[in-house]
Amino acid sequence: MTDFGAAISTAFALVANLDSDLLEVVLLSLKVSLSAVVIASIIGLPIGAALALFRFPGRTVFVIILNAFMGLPPVVIGLIVYLLLSRAGPFGVLGLLFTPTAMIIAQVLLITPLIAALARQIMETLWLEYEEQLRSLGTTPLRSLGVLLRDGRYSLMTAVLAGFGRAIAEVGAVMVVGGNIDHVTRVMTTSIALEVSKGNLALALGLGIILVIISVLVNGLVYVLRGSHRQGVTP
Amino acid sequence: MISADATSILPLELSGVSFSVGHQRLLKDVSCTLDAKDISIIVGPNGAGKSLLLRLCHGLLEPSAGTIRWSGAGGRNPSPYQAMVFQRPVLLRRSVQANIEFALASRNVPRRHRRTLVEEALSRAGLSRFSKTSARVLSFGEQQRLALARSWALRPQVLFLDEPTASIDPAGTHVIEEVILAMKNEGTKIIMSTHDLGQARRLADEVMFIHRGRLMEKSAAPAFFTEPKNDLAQAFLRGELLWWQRRELTPP
Amino acid sequence: MTSMLIFIRRTFLTFSLSAALAMIFAGTSARTGVPFIIVASTSSTQNSGLFDHILPIFQEHSGIAVRVLAVGTGQAVRLAQNGDADVLLVHHKPSEEKFVTEGFGVRRYDVMYNEFVMVGPATDPAGVAGMAHARAALAKIAESQAPFISRGDDSGTHKREKALWLAAGIDDVGQLSPSWYREAGSGMGATLNISAAMRAYTLVDTGTWLNFNNRLGLEVLVRGDPALFNPYGVILVNKERHPHVKYDLGQRFIDWLISPAGQAAINAFTINGERAFTADARADIVLPSE
Repeated sequence: MTDFGAAISTAFALVANLDSDLLEVVLLSLKVSLSAVVIASIIGLPIGAALALFRFPGRTVFVIILNAFMGLPPVVIGLIVYLLLSRAGPFGVLGLLFTPTAMIIAQVLLITPLIAALARQIMETLWLEYEEQLRSLGTTPLRSLGVLLRDGRYSLMTAVLAGFGRAIAEVGAVMVVGGNIDHVTRVMTTSIALEVSKGNLALALGLGIILVIISVLVNGLVYVLRGSHRQGVTP
Repeated sequence: MISADATSILPLELSGVSFSVGHQRLLKDVSCTLDAKDISIIVGPNGAGKSLLLRLCHGLLEPSAGTIRWSGAGGRNPSPYQAMVFQRPVLLRRSVQANIEFALASRNVPRRHRRTLVEEALSRAGLSRFSKTSARVLSFGEQQRLALARSWALRPQVLFLDEPTASIDPAGTHVIEEVILAMKNEGTKIIMSTHDLGQARRLADEVMFIHRGRLMEKSAAPAFFTEPKNDLAQAFLRGELLWWQRRELTPP
Repeated sequence: MTSMLIFIRRTFLTFSLSAALAMIFAGTSARTGVPFIIVASTSSTQNSGLFDHILPIFQEHSGIAVRVLAVGTGQAVRLAQNGDADVLLVHHKPSEEKFVTEGFGVRRYDVMYNEFVMVGPATDPAGVAGMAHARAALAKIAESQAPFISRGDDSGTHKREKALWLAAGIDDVGQLSPSWYREAGSGMGATLNISAAMRAYTLVDTGTWLNFNNRLGLEVLVRGDPALFNPYGVILVNKERHPHVKYDLGQRFIDWLISPAGQAAINAFTINGERAFTADARADIVLPSE
């Protein structure tokens, strides 16, 4: 039980002193996961909307696989990206391994299926409401896609936040492709893993508390930004 | 494109139109011709198939059997000359005027014409003061008026309406009926369903009575309301529920 | 809220958000431009804190930054074989020599050594405290079926452990009953956490042990056996195999490690007053510089 108390006071001390190592690690975590979620959203949201809108042969199989990929183990993704980016692998010449870029790539692969699958669900519900009227107006399928994405943007935010949550919380992928190199690829989750392996449990838990607080802050920020738009109730 | 000046796509010819879902036939062998630029009202009990018929005519559904032809269309696609208002207004999450602009953009109306058309449509429907308001904060009646204004801005040759005032208070209903009449007077063919017989009496030039998927009667309005030929229509006008099933001579 | 207030609030939020984003993205790209090498080493070496002590000294001296990948010995060798690292620094001589003979490495140099120790619960159920030979202690543990946690991850420590079991007469640890012999499949720290919690015996290098903070009653029970000697070797990855390898920077690192300056830095590293590694590069090596 003493560890919890020690953890909270450690977390407090780190934040109060604006520990520079902590700041570095936090900023890198945010940089990697925010970049990943932006890229994954650009790819995943239109895919989700397109799946809701269009019927094509093999669509059911695609949706099943997409839903299954929501649960891809991060360490497996990390391993796959490592094999691709390794000097012994196809993209080794790019020299991306053990850099934040590799970490972003791995996290994009990890969360794009999640964002696409959630977006599909949200867009399907919206399309159910809009389909007849948009077809009556003669709206082209491409235009309809844009309408769905734009009108559903606040609901889609939830999908994006789910992706961000998954990215910032995972350790398997960034550990393998990043290498947890001090000052270069060390993020919050890999720091926590390192401190656990050193037996510094209170510090590890303290870092964990800080990570949770950051996640809460990000979600709160999104809620506030969204709040000024919450007007009107659908009849 | 504004279709008012183009050649009319009427008459609309239905020939043996049926619609089935699985093994159930929901519309059975409907045949008729609509050609006058007036108001045709479809009446009948709930579940008779009124909404289905409208959607089939508008092209949102394909018939399982039979044909639907716009004989005046020539080689043209008849869809851009039509518009439809549904029972529940479907508006985009943007401002009132943006909703109408969107419809005009979908129909490829050039940008320079849109502003005036939007303003005109809004003032016709009495919604000008809401033009920058988010469409979703309007009352239900106002939203339906917006849906109607949106259709009007497109200057359709044919306007379909599926029980447009079913959930609207009398004042709102009156405004909508006025707009519909105005559109008819400008040359739009109106095909509308309703379960409000009073509304049918007020607006109809022609009445189509549907019961259990069949077109039982189609007559001019005065004739229908005073002396309907079909016995079920008579019962309907008397206010009966028509819940019983009558054994039919022809198989369903 | 009036629309003016809404406007102010939105502008403020947008501004703060942009400022925060700028800070996040600018602040973390400050490290480019400094020449660096990647050293594949073991988590036990990293966790001891040795690198945190000697690498800044090396960077000060040479201007070269060293990026350490701290993984298990097996993975470190793999990374070096794939050419994903420039230098290999591990503590398993057979693997190191194989690395060189197979052409992946240029030459193996001794760097330093420490020792393995056997730790266990203070209660010592198997009665091994103070025994002179590790193999005899292991035999006793097997006999009494006292809980023992193995690294189980093909690391240098794990390979040494298996070698000791072999000396104790057990040639296949897979045959040992999982009721007392448990393979953690983890790094040294995680394995120690498990041993502490389960009050079990385990094998650990002194570097990691001195720095480990979650002992929960674990103590050193067996040490000093020559079979527990733990030498570290450093090898430059062969540029004939991997042309992109930073062989000149890597060679400078190795040169420094085995030079008097580097060796002194290693010897100066203490944990709680105890020296963690003893430098032992061979004195007869003639260096091009220094």
